[in-house]
Amino acid sequence: MAPNANTCPICLGLPGTLPLLNLEAVRHGVALAMSLNCTTPESLAFFRKNYFYPDLPKNYQITQFDAYGHTSIGGNGTINTDDGTEIRIRRIQLEEDPGRLTYEGGSDGRQTTLVDYNRAGVPLVEIVTEPDFDSPRQARSFMNMLADTIKNLDIADPYLDGAMRADGNVSVHGGNKVEIKNINSFHDLEKALHYELTRQNSLYENNITIQQETRHWDERRRITISSRTKEAELDYRYFLEADIPWVDLDDDTIKEISANMPESTTARRERYIKQYNIKPQVANVLISDTHCCRLFEEALTPETALIIANILTTDFMGVMDTREKRAASQITAEHLSKIATLIKSNEITRAVAKNILYKIAKKGGDIDDILDASSYDTSKLYDIISDILQKEPQAAHEARINPPAINYLVGIIMRETRGAADPQEVLRILGELLKE
Amino acid sequence: MIPAQTATELARMISSGETTAEYVIGQTLKQIEDTSHLHAFLHTNSNAIQQAKEIDHRIQRGERVGRLAGIPISIKDNICTKQYPTTCASYMLDGYMPPYDATVIRRILDEDAIIIGKTNMDEFAMGLSTEFSAYGPTLNPHNTEVVPGGSSGGSAVSVATHTSAISLGSDTGGSVRNPASFCGVVGFKPTYGMISRYGLISYANSIEQIGPMARSISDIQLCMSIVSGPDANDNTTANSTPVSLSEQYHTTENPKVGIIRQMASKDTRIQNILNKAIEELSSHGCQCDEVSLEMVDYSVAAYYTITSTEVASNLARYDNIRYGYDMDYTEYEYHQYVTKARARFGAEVKRRIIAGGFVPSAGYAGRYFLKALKVKSRLTREVNKVFEEYDYLISVTVPILPFRIGEKIDDPVSMFLVDINTVTANLTGKPAISVPYGVVDGLPVGIQIMANSMEDAKLLQFSHILGDDTQ
Repeated sequence: MAPNANTCPICLGLPGTLPLLNLEAVRHGVALAMSLNCTTPESLAFFRKNYFYPDLPKNYQITQFDAYGHTSIGGNGTINTDDGTEIRIRRIQLEEDPGRLTYEGGSDGRQTTLVDYNRAGVPLVEIVTEPDFDSPRQARSFMNMLADTIKNLDIADPYLDGAMRADGNVSVHGGNKVEIKNINSFHDLEKALHYELTRQNSLYENNITIQQETRHWDERRRITISSRTKEAELDYRYFLEADIPWVDLDDDTIKEISANMPESTTARRERYIKQYNIKPQVANVLISDTHCCRLFEEALTPETALIIANILTTDFMGVMDTREKRAASQITAEHLSKIATLIKSNEITRAVAKNILYKIAKKGGDIDDILDASSYDTSKLYDIISDILQKEPQAAHEARINPPAINYLVGIIMRETRGAADPQEVLRILGELLKE
Repeated sequence: MIPAQTATELARMISSGETTAEYVIGQTLKQIEDTSHLHAFLHTNSNAIQQAKEIDHRIQRGERVGRLAGIPISIKDNICTKQYPTTCASYMLDGYMPPYDATVIRRILDEDAIIIGKTNMDEFAMGLSTEFSAYGPTLNPHNTEVVPGGSSGGSAVSVATHTSAISLGSDTGGSVRNPASFCGVVGFKPTYGMISRYGLISYANSIEQIGPMARSISDIQLCMSIVSGPDANDNTTANSTPVSLSEQYHTTENPKVGIIRQMASKDTRIQNILNKAIEELSSHGCQCDEVSLEMVDYSVAAYYTITSTEVASNLARYDNIRYGYDMDYTEYEYHQYVTKARARFGAEVKRRIIAGGFVPSAGYAGRYFLKALKVKSRLTREVNKVFEEYDYLISVTVPILPFRIGEKIDDPVSMFLVDINTVTANLTGKPAISVPYGVVDGLPVGIQIMANSMEDAKLLQFSHILGDDTQ
């Protein structure tokens, strides 16, 4: 979208406009808080965080701040990383996203800052943890678990570029804390924290005091650099945002949100392991993709659950290697259920199943048609093709010395199978047999 | 001359064909010219006659027209109008054209009102004399040597001199009631959240309200019935109920009226006018006793502490980046640019921004801002307690007479203290009306009546006891 094409008087903070609370964002925030085992307050209050910055349309940000007891959307929660470490959540606050800044250096050496307010006013949650991380890898794992939770709740798309950003705080040997701001990917978070740990440890070993400061992650040079602005020293003069009255979160509201919440990923993982006897490693892979979970739940019977879980986590995820591809694929629960039944009754092998899956995923279609076509599949095709090669030794010889001549053989085979065989597969098998 | 009628009367005359909107608007524009030396307007509507003719055509064709058809209404220049510049009487917003209409503007235009012009004010509504307008002061029509009050001074003068039948002002600490009192018109500050602030350029958003000014209480009621009530664009209006003209709200037979001791005037001539009003209320069966609101003594200090804090925040957006005036940005670092651009604010605005950066800051908030919030909540408790026993609270609107132009301009503290009787309604969110009720030295004096929250309609009906005529 073109910069500043998606703005309105409110998100630009034009004179006279008033902020309007997005109630859906409040509900989503409450759902997230509950998923992270947080307590939710009786009423929500919003505050102004006052500072001048070019990405802020009003030169203050509407956010939450626990000045009058707990009034932010969540507090005192926990989340477990994949190695089982419990990370404590201090606070979750609902706030507005500012605009986006782009820096351009002119050929004359002058710097220009461009502001795009398209995302200004978009609801955002800031999740503050306690200092519970022992390693950069753990921080990344935390981000992954958080992304899974958000995806599972269907409250945002955590995989969109810039949808999840992180500020990381690092200190070593009880020294001063350094904050690294605005890291845009999970991968970079791990790298930035690792770099910062190494930097601080080497300062420590050389008896150099670590300054409390804010640093930025330079994605290109892969180092952290000290920020020129002394953001840590800013006095934000927080005070209540009167334009948004306090929001009561009464028991009924909480109950209703809770009732409409999907099962948490951790609860789901436990259930898969217990109920279907799925191995923990397989369950971990399965719960990381809500689309696969949905397919799994819709397709399974007590007898086929294990098979479906295996198909999904190895074959399906192997063929469709990104979430986007999986979500867009034409595989339905009916397909999976039928394939699993056929495997269970030994009518087809896993290899054949994988082949069918591949075809449906790419082109869709009815499973019986594909199975008809599959009657000429792999093992059967091997027999047919070897037969033809024996009957046509001259053509086989031609094809060996002159590759384009292979088309003559393909023609015969397609006639023999009345066009039902997969030409790609025919070519592959022909190639194999001709080499012998 | 016709425009001297009230809005209610004009509406009847225009829709019945007794007169035409074109005639009324024509007379009004002529009057604007004749009173231009008072400097009530920053901008006048050059299409007003055309708009009036269209309304007349619709009436002649027998079409339904709105309840304000052809009525000239003036608008304080801090309320956004898509068709006309909205400057807050500040060079920072010189020539600024908002891309949208405030909710109140949409509501009066839906009733076929004619926006006759935008009125002068203290810059960003900070002041109570209209001397702090970047475009020069407005003069009091009763005596051009004294101030008309403020910050809605242009609106009050416009109503008093018949260049509009109704004006929409804004009241943060008395900005509607103070000029209404100084110019001899009726001014009303509704309960916080009664009228949508969407499109009102914020000064101190936690306590301010748009408020109508008119030559009769009935006109205030008419206007309130159109502009009050919930608005999806202002979350603070969610619990309000629009004022209805047909309902009987004031039903108390012998209402109890509290006379606020801390708001007595030291000027016996003014105090006598209050006594006269009390006599009249008593003769109508009211039981009037003195009441004490201890926190009133701290209210002005709390008011300026809270409003300054909000000013520094609300006016931070004027960084001259998304809108504003032409200024070359090359060679400037962001903060340098913003600092330079913001130098265009006037002296009073700058004073408040500076104070607002200090009183809530780390290390000082406890001594100033948080203490002011404490005063506000204690005052509210005190007032609520009094309203458990009393139906209305009465005082003079302003304890002094309109002062001479320039007299207090270099003495902010003595200027601030003029607000002593009006800020309580803002700090506590209560409705308050100023009704003209006497003259001293040829200058009008207003009486203020306050009621409990959401009792706006009841208060307006009760106020009729003190008369419905402009002095």
